[in-house]
Amino acid sequence: MSNEGVIYRISGPVVTATGMNAAMYDVVRVGDEGLMGEVIELHGDKAVIQVYEDTSGIRPGEPVLNTEETLSVSLGPGLLTQIYDGIQRPLATLEEVMGVFITRGVDADAFDLEKKWTFEAVVAKGDEVASGQVIGHVQETETIVHKIMVPPGKSGKVKSIKSGDFNVTETVCTLDDGSDLQMMQKWPVRSPRPFRQKYAPDTPLVTGMRILDFLFPLAKGGAAGIPGPFGSGKTVTQQSLAKYSDAQLVVYIGCGERGNEMTEVLDEFPHLIDPNTGKPLMNRTVMIANTSNMPVAAREASVYTGITIAEYFRDMGYDVALMADSTSRWAEAMREISSRLEEMPGEEGYPAYLSSRIAEFYERAGRVETLNGDDGSVTVIGAVSPPGGDISEPVSQGTLRIVKVFWGLDAGLARQRHFPAINWLNSYSLYPQSLDQWFRDNISQDFPEIRTQISGLLQIESELQEIVQLVGSDALPVDQQLTLEVARMIREFFLQQNGFHEVDAYCDINLQYKMAKAILSFQEAAKSAMASGAQLNDVVNIPARTDLMRGRFEKGYINEIDSMVTTMTDEIANTVEGN
Amino acid sequence: MSGKEYRTITDVKGPLVFLNKTEPVAFGEIVTIRLADGSMKNGQVLDTSDDLVIVQVFEGTAKINRESGVTFMGDVFKLPVSTELIGRILDGAGRPRDGGPSIVADENADIIGAAINPYSRQSPHDFIQTGISAIDCCTTLVRGQKLPIFSASGLPHNDIALQIARQAKLKGSDEEFIVVFCAMGITAEEYNFFRSDLERTGALENAVLFVNLADDPAVERIITPRLALTAAEYLAFEKDYHVLVIYTDMTNYCDALRQIGAAREEVPGRRGYPGYMYTDLAMLYERAGIVKGKKGSITQFPILTMPGDDITHPIPDLSGYITEGQIVISRELHQQGIYPPINVLPSLSRLMGSCIGEKTTREDHKSVSDQMYAAYAQGRELRGLVAIVGEDALNERDKQLLDFSGVFEDKFLRQTRDEDRSIEETLDLCWNLMSSIDTKYLVRLDQKWIEKYHPENKE
Repeated sequence: MSNEGVIYRISGPVVTATGMNAAMYDVVRVGDEGLMGEVIELHGDKAVIQVYEDTSGIRPGEPVLNTEETLSVSLGPGLLTQIYDGIQRPLATLEEVMGVFITRGVDADAFDLEKKWTFEAVVAKGDEVASGQVIGHVQETETIVHKIMVPPGKSGKVKSIKSGDFNVTETVCTLDDGSDLQMMQKWPVRSPRPFRQKYAPDTPLVTGMRILDFLFPLAKGGAAGIPGPFGSGKTVTQQSLAKYSDAQLVVYIGCGERGNEMTEVLDEFPHLIDPNTGKPLMNRTVMIANTSNMPVAAREASVYTGITIAEYFRDMGYDVALMADSTSRWAEAMREISSRLEEMPGEEGYPAYLSSRIAEFYERAGRVETLNGDDGSVTVIGAVSPPGGDISEPVSQGTLRIVKVFWGLDAGLARQRHFPAINWLNSYSLYPQSLDQWFRDNISQDFPEIRTQISGLLQIESELQEIVQLVGSDALPVDQQLTLEVARMIREFFLQQNGFHEVDAYCDINLQYKMAKAILSFQEAAKSAMASGAQLNDVVNIPARTDLMRGRFEKGYINEIDSMVTTMTDEIANTVEGN
Repeated sequence: MSGKEYRTITDVKGPLVFLNKTEPVAFGEIVTIRLADGSMKNGQVLDTSDDLVIVQVFEGTAKINRESGVTFMGDVFKLPVSTELIGRILDGAGRPRDGGPSIVADENADIIGAAINPYSRQSPHDFIQTGISAIDCCTTLVRGQKLPIFSASGLPHNDIALQIARQAKLKGSDEEFIVVFCAMGITAEEYNFFRSDLERTGALENAVLFVNLADDPAVERIITPRLALTAAEYLAFEKDYHVLVIYTDMTNYCDALRQIGAAREEVPGRRGYPGYMYTDLAMLYERAGIVKGKKGSITQFPILTMPGDDITHPIPDLSGYITEGQIVISRELHQQGIYPPINVLPSLSRLMGSCIGEKTTREDHKSVSDQMYAAYAQGRELRGLVAIVGEDALNERDKQLLDFSGVFEDKFLRQTRDEDRSIEETLDLCWNLMSSIDTKYLVRLDQKWIEKYHPENKE
């Protein structure tokens, strides 16, 4: 048997070849045009291949060449700021080669192999280096130092190493066993990169979105799912996270989504400034865009390509956040291929292995001790697009079983133009316990208690609302009317956040705490004023409260808010005298 | 060209023909089938291997038997395109239907089309004025967008689509759209309605029609929209036209897709529709847009009827996940005699933010649109409450909002079928209607716009 076979059958993106010595997940070149594919099933002499490009016009009898490598990504300096398709071909290069439409049979390097980078060695001749150890640095972008590591599985004594300008394929270091190390390494996308051990997460991923950070925090190294029907703001939420979260690196996967939406991201990101470093956001970003009409097999691969890149940066000791929008499209790609393979389906036509694939993917998140003893993390945030918004479907359920944070988007809130349209009653986070210590140490000792009070008020409101629906709010006792008013303030002042407003889009975590406290101060002042005979209407309508609420759209609010709260409580106290 | 003719059909099932012992046949290759009486049918290869070839027959498999001759044409399905297409009426498989000559091809374009590189797209940002207030103000259409109408049986979606086709223009420009109209499984009556309206207004001269009617083969519907989009791409990206593609009815298209899936004994997804329907629809809808370095654009206006008025049905659901918003037609408003019966609450234009404002429409547009929307939403909600507690139980603010919701429907939504309101007229109308509400309740309006545009301050 040789590594060359012939096509036996073609059915859409699934091609069967015979006469070829193949192993599972080998990458093959299909047909005269050499389309890229991957072996996904073996039956005796027949190898079933999923092809990453359109197969129209391909005939039985054309050759198939086995590269005998598994689907891998190239890792090295040049990754950052890139925009890839699902199999790591840079879209800019594809445009140069093919024009504006993506045709087929074109291979492209993941990044410029000729570009010279300044390599600065951090180990010396004679040093023992273990696998994963950092041997040198490259300042890849203004903000990110790309650490060159010994590829997993290799180790030894350094025979020679040199600093200077090299391209990614030149040897920078030789070990005494004769193996040459370059700045670029390859890694198969379907295998997680190794690490020493996983830690329990204890630091929040601060996103600047009040409802997320304050009520439903996500840990660095954690996993979150965002399910929501169309139009509820999944993509806007994902994009806000990519823009403002305090991860050091971001991998953004547009998996089977709209072309124009991806273009908006591609247009917008290069102009945005990272609020955490003050430098262009693209410097810390890698994007993968495999839109809904691009080949479905490449869509299936895109999430693996993304997470492997994320793990690689994690291994350097960085905190990486990965957004996958949307994992439902990935699951549908699996379904489509599974049905072409005529596999026995599980629920709703999805393959029976759907939930284990979802679990394996999210398990690649985590905070770890890397091979070189550093501390790095990959946080995964997956959007889910349940049909009809009904989360009882398999992809949502498979995701919820594994993630610890659930940000449930709600079409009703979106329709009321309440954004982010995250439902505070059914969303949850299982991290507060492990993160509370961080909040106490870094923000305020009573942070968890304030959170409990705020979410308690929202809970009470939902119960009161049921009564109001029947009898109208005027029929409630005044103290309950006040509770409704405070809850409304939480919703409109605190939970609502304008993702497109230059100031409001990102809210400092300290400011979040102050705003929550301000609401509770209002409640307390109003209660005591009303106990002394003030009217609810007067208390609610004081101008200082409106000023306080409007203030969040102004720069420097964090410095003003304390005095605004004082003015407000004074004015509330005055409503008693006015009576 | 024509190759060898095979008489090796083994099975015929629904729209599919199975045959064996062929030379290597390409996936997607075009096939002709000659019947005993000499008539011809066309098809396309769906599955090919050394042993068995499956052909999907566009015109239905009636009269095909084991003696029928099958010829493989050596190429995938292509449409001859040239600017001669403009003004022509073709059938669902791209043959002239208007008695005119065949199209002389400038080139033959593959109808599957290739995906636009997301890196090569240009963000849509040109405001299209449709002259319909509900759309222009609340779900603004942008050039290069795909914005479907979610309708249902018995509602006037065709009138709305035609009104948009007639009136759509870029603000401050006389540039007209070329309309590519694609009919899939609609009745002859509906088709005549479209055609005569286009003829009456002279728009037919600037239109290309692809027509597959209800009694035409269902399988042909799979290729009809692909032909229409191939023509649109040629006109937009080779010939610099701005193209508006209207296709109706996507529900018939999806049903044809299901029919083929069932015949192939594929594992069905939700409600029997194939699992790949999302990808299949995306390959149509995503052929809208603007690309760098090309002057033309493709704007899509698909019409779909929601079975049972159910927006969670797989067809509207999957469409909504791909398209950039939706315009939802309401039976309730229609029954109240309001035209166009657009329910703005579930309607949405995702690209609206990029095309409204000072430079394109008017500085107060966003503010006004938000306030109109919010006030109407609250007013509508109050209707439910009034039904229980009576109008007297409402406070002053709620009374005003309740009244406003009626005025909104009667004055803002309602317009005649040839009333073409400019965006300024629409926004001024909004201000007039909103002035019935006390200014202090109009919290979403910026103070500076109130000072400038509120009728009280305008004198």
